[in-house]
Amino acid sequence: MKIDWAALGSVFGVSLVATVALVGLFTLGIVGLTKQEEAAARGGSATLARTGAYACFALCAAAVAYGIYLIVV
Amino acid sequence: MEHITLLLAIVVVTALVFDFTNGFHDTANAMATTISTGALKPKTAVAMSAVLNLVGAFLSVEVAKTISGGIINEEGIRTEVIFAALVGAILWNLLTWLLGLPSSSSHALFGGLIGAAVMSAGWSAVNGSTIVTKVLIPAVAAPLVAGLAAMAATRLTYKIKANPEAKATAKGYRAGQIASAGLVSLAHGTNDAQKTMGIITLALVTQGVVAPGSNPPLWVIVSAGVAIALGTYLGGWRIIRTMGKGLTDLQPQQGFAAQTSAATVILASSHLGFSLSTTQSCSGAVMGAGLGRKGGVVRWSTATRMFVAWGLTLPAAGLVGAAAEFLTKQGPWGIAATAVVLVGGSAVIWTLSRRQPVDHTNVTADDLDGNDSDSGTPGVVTTAIAAVTPPPAGTVAAVADDGLKTTIHAPGPNDPAAPPAPAAAV
Repeated sequence: MKIDWAALGSVFGVSLVATVALVGLFTLGIVGLTKQEEAAARGGSATLARTGAYACFALCAAAVAYGIYLIVV
Repeated sequence: MEHITLLLAIVVVTALVFDFTNGFHDTANAMATTISTGALKPKTAVAMSAVLNLVGAFLSVEVAKTISGGIINEEGIRTEVIFAALVGAILWNLLTWLLGLPSSSSHALFGGLIGAAVMSAGWSAVNGSTIVTKVLIPAVAAPLVAGLAAMAATRLTYKIKANPEAKATAKGYRAGQIASAGLVSLAHGTNDAQKTMGIITLALVTQGVVAPGSNPPLWVIVSAGVAIALGTYLGGWRIIRTMGKGLTDLQPQQGFAAQTSAATVILASSHLGFSLSTTQSCSGAVMGAGLGRKGGVVRWSTATRMFVAWGLTLPAAGLVGAAAEFLTKQGPWGIAATAVVLVGGSAVIWTLSRRQPVDHTNVTADDLDGNDSDSGTPGVVTTAIAAVTPPPAGTVAAVADDGLKTTIHAPGPNDPAAPPAPAAAV
């Protein structure tokens, strides 16, 4: 019996890093949008926060696209 | 010849029924957190999951070359063995659904195959070490990997602290959960519908209808996709409730972290060649997300019953599969009797489920839970379990035994009635 510890280990590592990175990015994006919302409520604008938020969401969308690619191929 | 085609028809129908139970058993994996955190309305969630499962079924042409991944020796496997295995898998899936316990449909299928193969050809038909590497180790690893990832991700979200009052926060997490749930649904459709296509194709090959090694005919792909989508749309509300509310209480951040972790683990594991069960990854992720929030609780009594069900899945489905194979070995009347057992057993379980139905209207209701430990179990079973609570292993086993007894006794009185069935059908 040969257990593929290397594969299991890489599944573990990749899952942990990818999940934390994605959830972190997404949460940062949400924080950015919230800042923008608050700024808009005060009548100003927070361009940096908004741009950052969209960048975060774009990365998340790319990750989802890669996920779909993995499913299809 | 007539008899052979009839048998083939029975196997195809049974495989599609298994696909259907697989669909509604596993809706929870993709949609439980989405429904319980309110990101999607229950009906919308299952509809979306159903569509994505259907799409997933058509996405990949990489048909499962072996239905058991080498666990049993599939050379010269007889069609009856496949039928018996499916009977075991379906009955175990229905029983765990009745109890509201998320358990792996693939493991149920493996169990049924092992039981039927052993009864048919002896222990040499089973590859013991493959069981350890493909079933036992993943069963331990999946919830750990997904749980730790979800826990770390949940910790992080609460550390970053998005303003929970803001509109953008609610909208954001809603979108995030929908996206990750969509990925899980799509992956499920691709993997699990493929499994059914593999089974039907194998049955067609053993009967010489299609050449060995050929792709499944279009009607197989379409019917497998439709069966899994219909099952998903029906929604395994009992299991959704256990996963979304019974194991822990989820806030949108946790739901998002859990769902993302599950999606990542499923995709990473299938891509890196160490397949982990979807169900076990999702349950583990939900528990991890529950532990990651300060003050979050995991209801370990519910979790323990779930673990017990995971442990029992292989042997229980195996026993039913072996019993079914014992019957089918007896000849045509045995096959008819097995079919009667399958239909009768399913009917009994369905009737029991009607005593305390769970559907899209009360899937997220708190008051149904009664006390914390027994959330998600219907009345009859709750009392049965309460009567023998102390050793959890015994309780589920006892209930399982009851289920087996009722279903296995069924053919007794039915035997005289059984033979006319094939005659009528032919």
